[in-house]
This record gives sequence, structure tokens and C-alpha cells, in this order.
Amino acid sequence: MNHQTGAKRYLVLAILLSAGVSTFSHIFNRYYLGVAIDVGINIVLAVSLNLINGHTGQFSLGHAGFMAVGGYAAAVTSIQLSPWVPPALLPLVFLGSLLLGGLAAAATGLAVGVPSLRLRGDYLAIVSLGFGEIIRVVLQNMESVGGASGLKGIPKYTTLGWTFALAAITVYAIACLVNSTYGRGFIAVHDDEVAASAMGINPTRYKVTAFVVGAFFAGVAGGLYAHHKQFLSPTGFDFMKSIDIVVMVILGGMGRTAGVIAAAILLTLLPEVLRGFADIRMILYALLIIGLMMARPQGLFTLGRSRPGTT
Amino acid sequence: MSQIEQQLINGLALGAIYALIAIGYTMVYGVLRFINFAHSDVLMLGAFAAYFLAPLSERVFGPQSITGAICVVVASSALCAGIGMLIELLAYRPLRNRPKLAVLITAIGVSLLIEYTCQHKAVFKAETKPFPRLFPSQDFRFGGLAISSNDIVVLLVTVVLLGILWFVVQRTRIGTAMRAVSFNHQAAALMGININRVISFTFGLGSALAAVAGILYAMKAPGIEPLMGVQPGLRAFIAAVVGGIGNLPGAAIGGVLLGALETFAGGIPGISNYRDGIAFAILILILLFKPAGLLGRVQTEKV
Repeated sequence: MNHQTGAKRYLVLAILLSAGVSTFSHIFNRYYLGVAIDVGINIVLAVSLNLINGHTGQFSLGHAGFMAVGGYAAAVTSIQLSPWVPPALLPLVFLGSLLLGGLAAAATGLAVGVPSLRLRGDYLAIVSLGFGEIIRVVLQNMESVGGASGLKGIPKYTTLGWTFALAAITVYAIACLVNSTYGRGFIAVHDDEVAASAMGINPTRYKVTAFVVGAFFAGVAGGLYAHHKQFLSPTGFDFMKSIDIVVMVILGGMGRTAGVIAAAILLTLLPEVLRGFADIRMILYALLIIGLMMARPQGLFTLGRSRPGTT
Repeated sequence: MSQIEQQLINGLALGAIYALIAIGYTMVYGVLRFINFAHSDVLMLGAFAAYFLAPLSERVFGPQSITGAICVVVASSALCAGIGMLIELLAYRPLRNRPKLAVLITAIGVSLLIEYTCQHKAVFKAETKPFPRLFPSQDFRFGGLAISSNDIVVLLVTVVLLGILWFVVQRTRIGTAMRAVSFNHQAAALMGININRVISFTFGLGSALAAVAGILYAMKAPGIEPLMGVQPGLRAFIAAVVGGIGNLPGAAIGGVLLGALETFAGGIPGISNYRDGIAFAILILILLFKPAGLLGRVQTEKV
């Protein structure tokens, strides 16, 4: 109980802090501000994927697909609604569009998760990868959202405050879910599916729950991204984007929220720092993935042994 | 009517290429139980090897000679077999006893490494290069059908290679060892099989087939570039899953099926734009109704 009120206090503090810093955002350099918002969005993405890949031990390669669904849904909502709403209510429109984006992504997550999560092992990786590709192809052919040339003219609503407040809420919500009595089920499924089902836990149900919740937050992140870049293109949500998020989770240590947040920050800043070496940047990135798996498969930010019971 | 037959021939030729690639995926999955994401890049390297060897063969055997083409294909697949074995030795062998996830991610890393290295301006550069014509080609006409000699070559080569593969897997010592390893690592090792050698051989064989597939694919494609392997690789992988992963005839059937369906779908006006998504839609349908694939057996998990 005490632990929970403490966490709640941190959440309120984080939201107030991001709102406070956000009011001064006009004095920051626009480039740094943009990178900071990228960091916040990537934290939401990495922490939500961590629920699926880390805590629940599944392997999803389609997180960018959920982000795309959420981003497009949120962008279309706010483009349609904004002209009709008085300026004072625009933050409500933004919040509503983010929620709608999240719900759209969650619904997609349910539709993808129910058939694929009954299967074990690598199949989820394959299906989620395939799903991401299908989303991309469908978006490319939907002329109502710009088709292959992309969706333009999205209002710029995303601010530093919104991003980090939502990142804090994501971290809080997922931490609460995993630490609750219900949430122990995710970890049981992660550790041993057969033993978990012998204890009366329905693994498929837990996996689907993790998938849907993860997809919801990915959708919210997509909405933030859409109102940050003001432009969405189907090719921006390809396989590589999903891999980027997976690498954040692995680098941080699967199932370790603090590590995953640190990795999201690091991996967002790293390409900016390496801008001068643009031609070998991606080669270094690939070597980083391989080297990491050889030397520290438990993640960079995990000290000593990984969580008891994990292999 | 002839339109349908025309599509069928195009689809079969594409499917044959998918089948050759799918076999590499399925063999590696059979012995190591993981998805070798770098397989699609070996295919690309095969096409590039042929691209660089073709001028050499032209100097020795004269332009568009059949002997020269055979030499180019054999040399490229030998080279790729070496590359495949090297990838296994350097990247996958050190992780043999790690969780499967670590190997899977390493495979993605290896794939990205090959792709980005090849795109670098000092290596192959990112732009598309025209693929040289290895042997004379012409169109044959049967009634209303136009069959290009390329398609006939693709089908013939695939059938011959599948026959050789069947012989190797079913009738030779190393093939028997491969089947034993895919059945049970430990038991195979106890029977005196050198597991490392068998796995190495599997990678070599799969990569050689991928190289041939890469060259055949390059002959049909407008040109070659470092990312050319990604799309056929993904389709072929799906074909392997559709046929039942780990199952060799399944991979061949899945490949042909997928190639044919995709080509037919490309010919239907309303659906043709969604062509890239069709393979995945088929995959999801198959997994829904027959999770082990068309020819795969359902395995009960032992605790």
C-alpha cells in the first residue's frame, strides 16, 4: 500500500515537472526540443513493448505496425475535428485523438493476438512481422489517408509536457499492472508456460492481455509521433522501426523497466551523436546488436545475474 | 483462357525460386530451430557474385555461353556456401546453447550487417545495377502462350536441384546424419555424429541453393541491389511456414503455392495493389486453421 502511494506521488511529480518544463520550452533550441520529444515517444514504445517481450516473454516484431495504426487514427481524428472546435478545447481534441489512436491499436492487437498467441515460440515473431507488412501495404493503398505519398497537414499538438506526462503514465500503468496480483501471471507465463497453466493460469489470455495493453500504448505513441512530425508515411513504420524498438528492450534488459528507459534514451541520442558518421552508422548499429547478444544477452543495464528463474 | 495459363507459368517460375529459398530456411530450422534471417542476404550475395563473375566467364567462354553460365552459377553457389558456413561459425555457433531469442536477434543483426555493409559506397552501393544476361534467351510460342526460355530454365534448374537435394538427404550418410540431428541433437551426438559438421553442412547446402535462387531471381528482376533479397526472402520464409517448417517437401510445395497465388492475385485488378500483403494474409489463415503448416506434424510438448 505504502509502496503504491509512493509510486503515485512520483507519477504526479513527473507529470507536474514535464508540464512545468514544457512552459519554458520556447527558450530551448528547436532541434534539442525535437530530440527530447523523440526520446519521450521512444520511452513509451520501448516500455510498452517490454510488457510483451520482456515481462510476458513473447517475441513481437510488429510494434511499429501498432504505432502506425494509432498514429493514423489519431491524426485523422484531429484533422477532422480541429476546424470545428474552439481553440480552448483543442487539448481535449488532442487527448481524445490519442485515446482513439490507442484504442484502434488495441483493437488491432486483439485481432492479431487471438489467432497468433495460441501458438508458441517463433510463430508470434513471424505473424507480427507479417502483420506489420500488411498494415504498411493497406496504408499505402488507402488514398483517403494519403496513400504512398503520406498523410500531411497534421496539427502540431505534441509538446514536451504531453510527451513526458504520457511517458510517465505509461511507465506507471505498466508497472502497476505487472506488480499487481493479476500481473504475476505475466511473469509466470514468461518463466514457464506449462507450469503456469498447471497452476490454473490461462497463458493465452495473459499473452493476449499483454499484447493488447502493449498495442494500446504503442498506438498512443503513434499519436504523439503524428502530432510531433506533422507528417506520416507508411514506409516510416516498416520492419526496421520494429527492430529499433526491440533493440531498446534487449539493450535495457528484458523485463527491466528502468534499464529499458535508459536504453530508449541512449538509442535515441546515439544516432544524433553519430550524424557525422552517417555512412557507417547503421553498420555500427548492426555490430552493436550482434556484439550485445554475444557478450551481454541479459542487457547492458542489468547488473549481475538476471531475475531469478529466467534463463 | 490463355491468360490463366500464362499466369500459371509465370507463377510456377516464381514459386520455384521461392521453393529453393524456402528449403534453406526450413533445413536450418530443422537442425537448429531458429529462423536464419541472414538467409535472404546470402541470396543477394549469390546474385552479386554472379554479377562480378559474368564478365570473367565471358572472357574465357565467350558471350552468353551455356558452359560459362553453368560455371558462374556453380562458382557463385560454392562461394555462398562458404559464406553461409562462415556466418554459422562466427555468429551462431558461439550462441548454440543460449536462449533461442538471443540467436534470433543475432540473426537479425547479421542480416542488417550484411545489408548495410553492402549498401556502403565502398562495397556495392545502394543503387540498382542491371544484371548481365548469362545465356541466350528467347520466347517460345505455343498457341497463345508466350513462354520465355528463362522460365523454362528456372523450372528445370529447380527440379534438378530438388532431385539432388532429395538424394542427398535421403540416400547419403551426411543426409541421414542431418535427419538424425533434426530429430534429436543429443541422441545423434551419442550415435557418433559430429553435430558441428552436420550443421555446417546444412548451412552450406542451404546457402548454395539460395545463391542459385538469387541468380534465377535476378534474371527475372529488373536489376540487383543490396536489399533485393529481403522481399523474396520473406515470401520464401512464409512458404516454409505454410508448408510446415522443418519439412522439406512442405517448403517446396509452399513455395510453388505462394508464387502461383501471388502471380494470380497480381493479375486481378482490384487486388493487384495488395500483392505484397497476400503472402502474409495466406500465412495468417494457414496458422489459424493448421498451425503446424500443410505437411507439418503437430508436436506435443514434453515437460
